[in-house]
This record gives sequence, structure tokens and C-alpha cells, in this order.
Amino acid sequence: MGIESALGEGYLTTRLDKLINWGRANAAWPMPMGLACCAIEMMAFAGPKYDVSRFGSEVFRFSPRQSDVMIVAGWTTYKMSHAIRRIWDQMPDPKWCIAMGACASTGGMHRCYGVVQGVDNFLPVDAYVSGCPPRPDAVIHALMKIQDKIKTEHSVLLDT
Amino acid sequence: MSLELNDTLQAVVDGLSSEYSDKLIEVYQSSDDTFVRVETDSIVEICTYLKEKQHFVFLCDVFGNDRYTSDERFEVVYNLMNLRTQTRLFLKARVEEENPVIDSVTSIWKAAGWNEREVYDMFGIRFEGHPDLRRIFMPEDFEYFPMRKEFPLLGIPGSIELPNTTPDTE
Amino acid sequence: MKLQNINDKVDPQFQELHQRSIYKSLEDKHTTIEDVDIDDPLNAKMILNMGPQHPATHGVLRLVLQLRGETIEKTKLDIGYLHRGVEKIAENKTYQEFMPYTDRMDYLSPYSNNVALCMAVEKIANVEVPDRAQYIRMIGCELARISSHLLWLGTMVMDAGAISFFIWTFREREKIYDIMDQIAGHRFTVSHSRIGGVANDLTEDATAIIKEFVNSFPKELKDWHGLLDRNRIFIDRNENVGVLETKDALDLGATGPVLRASGYAVDQRIIAPYLKYSEVDFEIPTRMEGDNLARYFVRMEELHESIRIIKQCLDKIPTGSIRSNNAKHAYPSKDEVYYSMEGMIHDFMMTDTGICPPEGAECYHAVESPKGELGYYIQSDGTGHPWRIKINTPSFRNLQVLENILDGEMVADTVVVIGGVDPVMGEADK
Repeated sequence: MGIESALGEGYLTTRLDKLINWGRANAAWPMPMGLACCAIEMMAFAGPKYDVSRFGSEVFRFSPRQSDVMIVAGWTTYKMSHAIRRIWDQMPDPKWCIAMGACASTGGMHRCYGVVQGVDNFLPVDAYVSGCPPRPDAVIHALMKIQDKIKTEHSVLLDT
Repeated sequence: MSLELNDTLQAVVDGLSSEYSDKLIEVYQSSDDTFVRVETDSIVEICTYLKEKQHFVFLCDVFGNDRYTSDERFEVVYNLMNLRTQTRLFLKARVEEENPVIDSVTSIWKAAGWNEREVYDMFGIRFEGHPDLRRIFMPEDFEYFPMRKEFPLLGIPGSIELPNTTPDTE
Repeated sequence: MKLQNINDKVDPQFQELHQRSIYKSLEDKHTTIEDVDIDDPLNAKMILNMGPQHPATHGVLRLVLQLRGETIEKTKLDIGYLHRGVEKIAENKTYQEFMPYTDRMDYLSPYSNNVALCMAVEKIANVEVPDRAQYIRMIGCELARISSHLLWLGTMVMDAGAISFFIWTFREREKIYDIMDQIAGHRFTVSHSRIGGVANDLTEDATAIIKEFVNSFPKELKDWHGLLDRNRIFIDRNENVGVLETKDALDLGATGPVLRASGYAVDQRIIAPYLKYSEVDFEIPTRMEGDNLARYFVRMEELHESIRIIKQCLDKIPTGSIRSNNAKHAYPSKDEVYYSMEGMIHDFMMTDTGICPPEGAECYHAVESPKGELGYYIQSDGTGHPWRIKINTPSFRNLQVLENILDGEMVADTVVVIGGVDPVMGEADK
């Protein structure tokens, strides 16, 4: 067969890309940008019942330097948007973004002067979650979608 | 319209009409709440009287109201509470659109500080003697007063800037 | 040397005018000229921006602290990072349409907010509410109070250093979510109350799980008391921290548990009883110390009182209709809508124009939400849309207190004091 038979038991060959993506996908630490009511559901998402640690994302890092996935939970005002963008800029690549809930995705019910109509006006969003607020299951689904996305990316080949 | 006042409110109305008869404009009731409208220039005087003589020690709220009329367009409403008899009183004063200025009551109740800032932010009514009159909700760079009736619900496009989407390093 | 101008040293990257005005106001706060020893770091001045994105600020509160060593000299709060103008939105909605927005004001206890709006509209439009609906609302409000205080307990104890508490309180909160799911069909933004009554009746299943919760919760509460009440670390962290003196409390406009922890038994449920609160027995927990520990005890005792109120409500709840029968005041029941012409017309009219209070009427109605006095002032112009709605939110006023009590504290205690005041930014920023 391949090189494994030459090396003997206990060896497995794979592509470096796959290995890195596997690691990244299962340790996507969220940056909880908890703004409003969705933040409470985001806490439930980390809490005992829904338990996001099953997906390797239980480490909520409030420091942008240590996180991979930003979850924007809640409506974004123009005043707050600058702070969010700065935190996003501080996150190291590769990074992903979940727009959690109707307000973060499109402005939702808050169609008024203070609210940015969707965070995609100033952030690249990877997954949108519907609901006002979405149930924690829906956020977990979005996280799984992001994991699928990570697994299909070319990581090292393009970076170097 | 006849008024149904309890003892505290009766004492307030009697007191105000004897001591400030020329400053008291109207007293009326609506849905069991009592509203007293007074002259704008005497608001501090009357608030001091209400706090010290009538025991309205608790200022619950100060808010503005846009009447959208040609004269005396804005109204400032003070929501006062007498904790001894558990009575609520609303004090109103009106200001003009051209020069919306009213005296601040922060020297009487410190609690008025943020509420007056909110009224300033939302309606553009300035409070004379306020220690720190800044916008409270909107950024200072914003130049409109959103709760005025002519301001559109969706805001004015471009009135508040969005962040730059190219990172600083590039 | 003389104190340097803060604004010379900072370089704001966005909203420059706004940032500069905050620093200016911080500098002006006590208007004293200070001498700072620049060589000694413990005696040097430092400006610390905390927030708007900080795990312990319970949302998007921003504090600008001026520190000398580890002591906070001056504080300025910057709020409005969640301001979307709900009062402006309200002017463009019918009364019933506005209700989902109240859910998202104080999102820790949506039920109280729904009830507060409904009661104000009912007061201005003279709507009668059936007794059963009033009891259902009371049960909902008290469950909301428990759920709000549970989140406060979890996060406040987490701020003081104990992470595991958060998991335990969230386990109990999930039970309340399940109850709300059963009653109203949504986990926490319930919108269950309707003008003139409530949306749907308590089912037998719902009553059963409320009963089960009411019986099991006090046991959990007892465990938490055992863990915290005499816990040396917790007491050291909270005693004499963030003291709000009794003499200042009224002047600064504190409300809710913050005011009650400073010695005033002010509670809307007692001083202006609404719903059926005059028919149930309960105490108003009050403390004199005014520090963070007192706020902890007040809220913990309120949890017990809420359970007591729910138990009494479950005993006293009468049978009968759950919504006003007057088609001009409330939505008809779904049976009527589906099977009778008038019912459908009334339903359409309620959705289209809604309830129209008399022209020029004004009213103010306050309820005791978990955070304090939550009042709605409504002015009507005779149409289905309010001319003006002003929401008097407790968090806004307690944050103003926070700005004053932080001066002189240690910087490490900031998060605990914020936790003790328990602000919700969605409500404070409106």
C-alpha cells in the first residue's frame, strides 16, 4: 500500500491542509460580541443544557487576539459599529463571523435611525442565523456550518 | 372639569395658587394622574417649593414632549413623587422652538442630571446651569435631534459614519 | 507638575468629537487642580477605558475611569451604544404592534415589560381586565423576576470570581425558559400579554411545570444561600464596596433593589398596587447598609418572596375568560375569528387601527420590574398610534447612581459594583 505499510503500525498519512483544518474546525474559539438580547441566548448556548463544548467552542475569549469566530449577537448601532470593527480588525486571521439573529443580519425589527441595517455593512459575515432571538440550537447549527466551511478551505497551501 | 384631588395634591394646588398665583397656568387631571403647568421661568423656584414644603423628594423622571405647534412647541415634564403619601405629580413647562432653554433642576435633585441630558439629546432643549450638558445616547458628532417630529424614523443617510472597512495596517 | 490635559494625550480613532467631549467632561468632574508625581507609578494618573466591549460590563456599557494607583478618582459613564430610539418607533406603531419592542428593552425579564405597557394602555383607554388574566400576568411577572435575578446572581458571582455559579443559575433559568415556552411559545421574548388580557390561557401542563418549579426551586436557593451567605471570600469582596448612602439614595434617583438596599422600602407593588398585588401576602426586603452585600441579600430575599407570590397566585387563580370581551378594546378569541364574521372584522380592525384612547388623554403607569420602577407615560392624539410614549427605565437611573458611587473605590471592585447594580443596557439605552 502506501507509506503507512513501510512505517509500521501507529502511523497515518494525511494532507497537512486536512490536519490543520481539522484542528481549526474543532477548536473554533468564539469572540462573543454580546450586544443585546441574543447575548442571553448566546450564554444559554454556552450553558449546561446546550453545551457548546461538544463542538470544541466552549472557550469564550473576550480578548480578540485569542479567538477565531466572532458571534455578533444583537442589534448594532452606528455608535457601536466602530468598536466592533476595531475588534474584528484585531482578530488574527483566519477568522469567521456569525451574524446571530435578525437584528445583526438585517437590522430586523429595529428599522430606525440608530441601527445599522445588518452587520454586513462593515463586516464580512460567514453565517447568518435567523430568529429573534434564535434558539441556541440554531446557533450551534451555524457553528457546524462554519466548521464545514473551515474543513473545505485551503489553509497552508495558500498562506505560504 | 372638576378635579378629584387627594389631600396631598389639594395642599399642593392650594399652596401653589396662594404663593405662585401668577406662575400657575393650569391644573388638570387625565386618567387619574394630575398635571400642573407652570411658567417656564419659575421652574426652579416651584421645584424647590415642592421639594422643601410639599415633600416631593423623589424625582422619577424628566422628559420632553414635542407638541408640534407653532407656539411653545416643546414641553418638559417632571415626574415627581411624594414618598410620604405616595402621591405622584406631573409638572409641566413649555419652551419655544427658536430658543428652547429652561433652567436646570440638577441643583435640587441630582437625579435630573442624566434625564436632562436625554431631553437635550432627543429634543435639543438646553438646560441652563446643567453641570455636564452633553449628548447621552447619540455620538457628539451627530447634529440632529431625533425625537423631534420632523426627524424621519429611518434617520438621515450619512448623518452618522460607518467604520472604515479597510484595516489600519493596509 | 500640573495635571496634563487628557485630550492632548489621546488620539481618538473614530467619533473624535464624542471621545474628546467625554475626556473633557471627565477632566471637569470635580474641577480641582491636582499635582501628580509622574515618577512614582503608584501615584501617577491613568485613564482607563473599560468597555464598550468588556465581559463584565453586562452589555455595552463604557466606563472612563481616572485612576491613581489602584484607586478610582473619577468616573464617567458613556451609554447609548445600544440606542435605537424605541420611543420614536413607538410613535409609528399601534399600541399592540409596539409590544414586541418592549420585550427587547429589558431582555432579562420581558414579561414585566409587556405587562407594564399593557397596563399603561389599559389605564389610558379604560380597559377592564378579567381576574384570571391578572393572575396569569402576576405569575409571569414573578417568574420574570426570578429569571432576571438568576442571571444577576450568576454573572455577579462570576464577576466576584466563582465561575460555577453561572452554570447552576443557568440550569434553573432553562427551567423558566421551558415554562415560558409552554405558556407563550417562545423561550424568553414572550410577548404573551395583550391589551385587555393575555394571549392564551395557562394549560394544565404549564400549571404543572410551574408547580414543580415552585417546589424544587427553594431547595436550590437554600444551597446557594449555604454557599454564599457566610462565604468569607464573597463577603470580603462585597462588604463596604460601592456604598450608596441612605441620604444620597433618593437624591441620586436610585430605584428598585439598589434603593431598597439603601434603606427605603419603595416598591410599586406596595405603594401603588396594580394587578392583584393587594390580595397576596409578601414582604419588601430592605437593608440599611447600601453596599453590594446588602444588594445581594435584598435580591436573594426577593427570590423567596417571588416564589411565595407565585404559590399564592396558583391557589387563588379563578376560572373565567382571559381577555376583555369588548371588541373595541381587545382582540377577539381565535374561535370567534375563525367562525364568525364579526369576529373576523374585529380582529382586522384591532390589527389595522388598534385601540384608540381618547384624544388628548395622558397617563403614567409604573410597575415594579426586577430592576426597579418601570413606568410608561403615554400621550394620545386620539388615533391608534401614540403621540408620545416615554419609558422611564430603572437601569438608566441606576447607572446614574453607578457613576456617583464608583468614585473612591478600588479598580478591581468596579466589575463587582456593576454586577451589584445590575444594569441592562437594552433598557438603559432605549
